[in-house]
Amino acid sequence: MITVFEKPKSLTPAKTHYCPGCTHGIIHRLVAEVIDELGVREETIGIAPVGCSVLAYNYFNVDMYEAAHGRAPAVATGIKRVHPDKVVFTYQGDGDLAAIGTAEIIHAAARGEKITTIFVNNAIYGMTGGQMAPTTLIGQTATTAPNGRDPEVQGYPIRMSEILATMPGAAYIARVSVHNPQEVAKAKKAIKTAFQVQLERKGFAMVEVLSSCPTNWGLTPLKALEWLKDNMIPYYPLGVQKAPEEVKA
Amino acid sequence: MAKVLMKGNEALGEAAIRAGCRFFFGYPITPQSELPHYLAKRLPEVGGVFLQAESEVAAINMVYGAAGAGARVMTSSSSPGVSLKMEGISYIAGAELPCVIVNMQRGGPGLGSIQPGQADYFQAVKGGGHGDYRLLVLAPASIQEMVDLMGLAFALADKYRNPVMILGDGTLGQMMEPVEFPEMLDPEKLPQKPWAAQGAKGREPNIINSLYLNPLELEDHNLKLQAKYTQMAAEETRSESYYTDDADIVLVGYGSSARVCKAAVDQARQQGIKAGLFRPITLFPFPKAEIQAACRQAKAVLTVEMSMGQLVEDVRYNLEFRVPVHFYGRAGGMVPTTRAVVSKITELVQEGGRSA
Amino acid sequence: MLQEIILAGFGGQGVMSMGQLLAYAGMEENKQVSWIPSYGPEMRGGTANCSVTLSDTPVSSPLIDEPDTLFVLNRPSLEKFEGSVKPGGLLLLNSSLVKVEPQRTDLRVLKLPVDNLAQEKFGNSRVANMILVGAFVAVTGAVSLDSVVGALKKVLPEHRHKLIPLNRQALELGVELAQS
Repeated sequence: MITVFEKPKSLTPAKTHYCPGCTHGIIHRLVAEVIDELGVREETIGIAPVGCSVLAYNYFNVDMYEAAHGRAPAVATGIKRVHPDKVVFTYQGDGDLAAIGTAEIIHAAARGEKITTIFVNNAIYGMTGGQMAPTTLIGQTATTAPNGRDPEVQGYPIRMSEILATMPGAAYIARVSVHNPQEVAKAKKAIKTAFQVQLERKGFAMVEVLSSCPTNWGLTPLKALEWLKDNMIPYYPLGVQKAPEEVKA
Repeated sequence: MAKVLMKGNEALGEAAIRAGCRFFFGYPITPQSELPHYLAKRLPEVGGVFLQAESEVAAINMVYGAAGAGARVMTSSSSPGVSLKMEGISYIAGAELPCVIVNMQRGGPGLGSIQPGQADYFQAVKGGGHGDYRLLVLAPASIQEMVDLMGLAFALADKYRNPVMILGDGTLGQMMEPVEFPEMLDPEKLPQKPWAAQGAKGREPNIINSLYLNPLELEDHNLKLQAKYTQMAAEETRSESYYTDDADIVLVGYGSSARVCKAAVDQARQQGIKAGLFRPITLFPFPKAEIQAACRQAKAVLTVEMSMGQLVEDVRYNLEFRVPVHFYGRAGGMVPTTRAVVSKITELVQEGGRSA
Repeated sequence: MLQEIILAGFGGQGVMSMGQLLAYAGMEENKQVSWIPSYGPEMRGGTANCSVTLSDTPVSSPLIDEPDTLFVLNRPSLEKFEGSVKPGGLLLLNSSLVKVEPQRTDLRVLKLPVDNLAQEKFGNSRVANMILVGAFVAVTGAVSLDSVVGALKKVLPEHRHKLIPLNRQALELGVELAQS
C-alpha cells in the first residue's frame, strides 16, 4: 500500500474547532510538517495565544503552553532561557501580537530571543466576535467599527513585520499568504526557514501569515481568499523583510 | 558558615540561589532593587539567568514559562509592580506551577510612596488576581528568617505546585542583620517534574494550561485547588508566640510591624503589664489554631500593621470574634513607633480590655 | 546591654558606613545587631540617617524611635532628631558643621570639631567620622576599640585596607578627646 496522504506526526488526531474556510488549519499543518521534517517534534515546546487559536495546544502533538493574551513571547522567553537547546515557538493572532502583546513581541525581538513566532494576521478579532483588530484595514468594517475603520477615529493598521525587521535582534522576518497553493508552498518554506534560524541560534524569527476569516468578514471561503489577495496584500506586501545573508542567497 | 551582615534584599537573593533557583525575571522598582542588583551579578556566576524584562507583566509571564519548563524560578517587585503581575499570578496558580514571588511592600494606593507599607495584605492572602486561588504567603520578620523562608518557599512551591509569595516590606528589604546561609542545593539533584513541558520525548505531550471550557471540568479543577489549600491549612501553618502564655493583652503583627510589637511587649512587661505577641509567619494559610491558643487568656487583642486595617480582619475572623480585637495602624510609609504601641497597650489595660 | 543609635548627616558624609562599622563591631563581639538606613530620594544629596542597635539579647525592634546615642553630622540632623534622644542619652556633635547649641539640657553632649581635627591632625578629612566613633566607644563602652578596628576590614574595601592604621589613629584621638 502506498500512503499518499497522512497527518503530520506533530498534529494530534483532534478535530479542530475552526470555522469552515478558516486558514488556521492550513497554517497548523504547515507548522506541523516543518517540525516533522526537521525531526524536532520531541524537542519542541509551543505556546498557544488567546484568540481563535487558543486551543492550539490540543492540535499540536508537542509539549504546549496556553499563555495569557499577548504574553506568548514572554512565556517563550522563560522557556527558552531554561532550555536553550529546545525548539520554542509561539502561535499568535493579530490582536494578541499587535495590540495587547505589542511590548512582549517587540522586546522578544529586541533581545534576539531564539524563538520562532507564527503570526496569523486576518485583520479581525475572530473569537470574540469580529471586533476591529490593530491590523484591520482602512474602511474595513468590524463590529466595533460598523462604518469601517476611519483613520481619524481609529488610526491606521500596523505593519508588524516591517516594524520588527528594524530590530537588530530579529534574524528572520517574512510575510507570506495562504490564499492559493503556490503561496501555501512559499509559506511553508518561510516557516521552515524561521525554525532553522532558531536551530542555528541566529536570533528571533517571525513569519507573518496573511489569513482569511470568512465568518467575520461575512464572505464565502472562496470570496474571502480573493478579498485577502485584493485588499490585504496591497497594504501588507508579501516577501522576506529580513534574513541572514546565507538565507537570502 | 560564619555569619555575615547583609541587607534583606541581598540576603533573599543569596538564599534563592542556595535553594536551587537559577532563573530570575523582574522589572526595577524601589524598594526591592538590591535584590535584582545582587542576582544580576550572582546568577551568572552559578550558571543561572538574570533577565530584566520590559515590564512586570512580561516578567511574571517569563516566570510562567520557566516554571512550566521545570525550573526553580522567582521574581520580585514592590506593591505597584506586584499589582501588574497579578494577571500572570492567576494563570500560574491556575496552571499549578511552582514559583516564588517577592513583594517588598511600600505605601499605597496608586504610586503611593517608596517607604515601607503593609497595605497589600488582602491582595497577597486573598489571591490578588481573578478567580478562586490562593498563594501560600510567608511573612519573615528578620533577615535570618528571610533566608530560612526562601528555602521553605521553593520547597513548598514544588510540594503544592503553587506560587508562594514572600511578603516583606521596605524596612525588611533595606535593613541589615547578621545571617547564616544554608548549604547550596544542587538544582540538578532536585526531584524531577514529570508534568513539565520540556519536549515530549517518548511520552504524550504535557500541556501547561489554565483554560477549561467545560464548566464541570473547571469546577473539578477548582475543587482540586481548594483541596490543596485545605491541605496547606492542615500542614503548613507557622507562627511565633512571644510571652503569650499568661498574656492579658496579645499583640498581633507580621513582618517589621511585629518587630515593633516585640519591643512594645518588652517595654510593657517592664511596666508590669502582661503583654504578649502573636506573629503569623504564614499569612495564608492563617495559623488559626495557633492564634486561638495564643489568645486563650487574653482580655484584649491589638493588631498592629502598616495599613488602615487588613490583617485585623483575619485576626477577628480566626479568633471567631470571641475576644475584642483592637487595631493600631499607620499608613503611607509611616512606621508604627514602639512608644505609640506601648501607649495603645496602656490605654487598653486601663479600659480593662473592654471592646472598643 | 542594649544600645540604640541614630546616625545622621548629609548624604555623602559617610553616616551609612559609620553605622555599618558599629554593627560589624558588635558582630565581632557576638552581639546581636541591626542596621536600618533611611532610603529613597533622601539619599541623593539630602539628609541621610541610619539606625543601629547593639544588644546582648535578640533585637526586638530594629526601628529606633528613642535612641540612647545620636550622632549629628550636620545642622538639619540636629533639628530633626534632637528631640527623640532618651533623657540622659548621648549626643555626639560634629561642631565643625553644627554651629548652633543643642536645646536639650538633659543630655550628655560631646561637641567635637571633627572635620577640622581630621584635617589638622591627619591631613585627611575623611577620617572625621572615626573621631566621633572613638568618642562613642570611650563614653559608652558599647563595643571595644579593637572590635571597631577589626570591623574596618569588613567595611572598607580590600584596596583601602592600607588606610586602617590611619583610621585607628583617628579612633584613638576620639577616645582621648572623650576622656579629657
